Amino acid sequence: MYAYDEIDRTLINERVSEFRDQVKRRLSGELTEDEFKMLRLMNGVYLQLHAYMFRVAIPYGTLSADQMRKMAHVARRYDRGYGHFTTRQNIQFNWIKLADLPDALEDLAKVGIHAMQTSGNCTRNITTDQWAGVAPGEVEDPRIWCELLRQYSTMHPEFSFLPRKFKFAITASAHDRAAIKVHDIGLRLHKNDGGETGFEVLVGGGLGRTPFIGKTIKPFVPGRDLLSYVEAILRVYNQYGRRDNIYKARIKILVHELGIEKFAAEVEDEWLAMRDNALTLDDEVVEDIRSRFTYPHYKQLTDLPDELKAASADPHFEAWRLNSVAPHRRPGYSIVTLSLKPIGGPPGDATADQMDAIADLADKYSFGEIRVGHEQNLALPHVAQRDLPALWRALDKIGVATPNVNLVTDIIACPGLDYCSLANTRSIPIAQELTRRFANHDTANLIGRLHVNISGCINACGHHHVGHIGILGVEKNGEEFYQITIGGRADEHAVVGTLIGPAVPYADVADVVEDIVEAYLALRARPDELFIDAVKRLGVEPFKERVYATR
Amino acid sequence: MTSPLQQKIKITGPSVITANRTWDGAVIYRDGQHGWTTDLSSAAVVRTADDARALLTESTADDVGAIGPYIAPVDVKDDGTIEPGNLREQIRRQGVTIDLPVPA
Repeated sequence: MYAYDEIDRTLINERVSEFRDQVKRRLSGELTEDEFKMLRLMNGVYLQLHAYMFRVAIPYGTLSADQMRKMAHVARRYDRGYGHFTTRQNIQFNWIKLADLPDALEDLAKVGIHAMQTSGNCTRNITTDQWAGVAPGEVEDPRIWCELLRQYSTMHPEFSFLPRKFKFAITASAHDRAAIKVHDIGLRLHKNDGGETGFEVLVGGGLGRTPFIGKTIKPFVPGRDLLSYVEAILRVYNQYGRRDNIYKARIKILVHELGIEKFAAEVEDEWLAMRDNALTLDDEVVEDIRSRFTYPHYKQLTDLPDELKAASADPHFEAWRLNSVAPHRRPGYSIVTLSLKPIGGPPGDATADQMDAIADLADKYSFGEIRVGHEQNLALPHVAQRDLPALWRALDKIGVATPNVNLVTDIIACPGLDYCSLANTRSIPIAQELTRRFANHDTANLIGRLHVNISGCINACGHHHVGHIGILGVEKNGEEFYQITIGGRADEHAVVGTLIGPAVPYADVADVVEDIVEAYLALRARPDELFIDAVKRLGVEPFKERVYATR
Repeated sequence: MTSPLQQKIKITGPSVITANRTWDGAVIYRDGQHGWTTDLSSAAVVRTADDARALLTESTADDVGAIGPYIAPVDVKDDGTIEPGNLREQIRRQGVTIDLPVPA
């Protein structure tokens, strides 16, 4: 966990007072909506179909048990008893009243939580691997660099009004769990031949109506130069990014229109002119940040303790362990993913009671720490393997032990037309129906790893472009239709999926997905050939034929 | 002659003015008494572009009470019942189409 210092605490508290005054002036009519809109957006407050939506940042996806309890408190006291974990390590409350927002913010501030820069044309919450700091083989904990970027970018005067929103993601593992290639800036922490730690820098990734995979602009930027190099990129974007057309304002469009070589040259020129300035990070600064991260006092344990061996006789436990428990960098410990994808439930939602229970379990079994992943699940990052059976029973009781992590029912979905003012179609009911179709664990397990992503409009909050199966809702003459893509992925081999044919009506979507899955099962070369690999080998034609032959 | 500065409005059938209430974001409709209602059946229904423009202008002037007023289509049944004219408005009126994680 990172411990905020006095500067952070003061900043957050001042922001609460400032927003309280702004809300008061808005409700009295002193501020018009036009004047107020930007102010509320800077504090994560959107207006959705039925109510205000309040987006709260979970920096680099790390939450303490006390912070989770405060989220539960906000859900219970100011909302309707639940919250929604998003694809960018935020939580959203869907029913909050404007008049209650300052009190909610004040309550969150007591545990160091805020909503700054969760909206608006600024640098958004810096995201990373939810297994940061505990994943085996990681170069180093990427959250140290996330925190440096958070401090650097928070209320940065030059970059508070960029052409459009700006999203960073960082990974420090070979397997990218942070989807860095679909971010405005993706950073891959690695070591060069000399053993020095630095970053491969990618720019111009993003989804939305014009999806692009990020391109490498520089293979290695030493850690000490990270902030100056990032600043050079932001300056080039701030200068040349389009402000006349919201649909062409993201950096991905600038990179595409200039070409990566020209863009890289512009950044290099900018960087060379300012690289040795105050932004250069000396070791002392980095170590100071590093020292504010505390790690658990792990016990000396060994893998596969007797308690775990005994419990493995229970097939339900074993199914969950094989699906939801991952290796930890320390012997005798594991990383446990908590599925927020119950069969028939809305993806990513957690009730206040679940949040409180998870906080208690984090205290009991995970040194008081919880993680939030971009797949809309949670994780307990430091669980002793001997505690896994007891933890499983407790998680199962509160409905977060569905053994479907990375399987077909572990669906990423945006809120869609049930909540969102931008959406054209619903997403959640599609996800719910799919989870019911594939509810049988043995069937889902037989299918293997398969990511289904659903977006209710072209803005792509459900990341449909990079779903193994992507579902995009489009409205046609007042009816909900859905385009289906296959072959997308968001990891280190990120690629945008391919459209298989004409959009299908709402009622047919689950049947179409079943057809695609059945085609895969019939066509895969061997039982362990993953869906995504089969699509790569076969192309979309066999799947297209299966889906449209009878439609 | 219409002023070039005047907002062009086209409606294809009966319509209402809807917005969100400022203090809590709730869905509201402009009624016929220069106020707002959360009940669609009490909304003022307009059938011409001129009437829609007038009601929208009046609604927009109430910046303290409502956010983002716009014209929304409705169906007026033979018995006078007013129903939302599209799925979006139906969901705005009735709420989400799924069970909430915590029942109200």
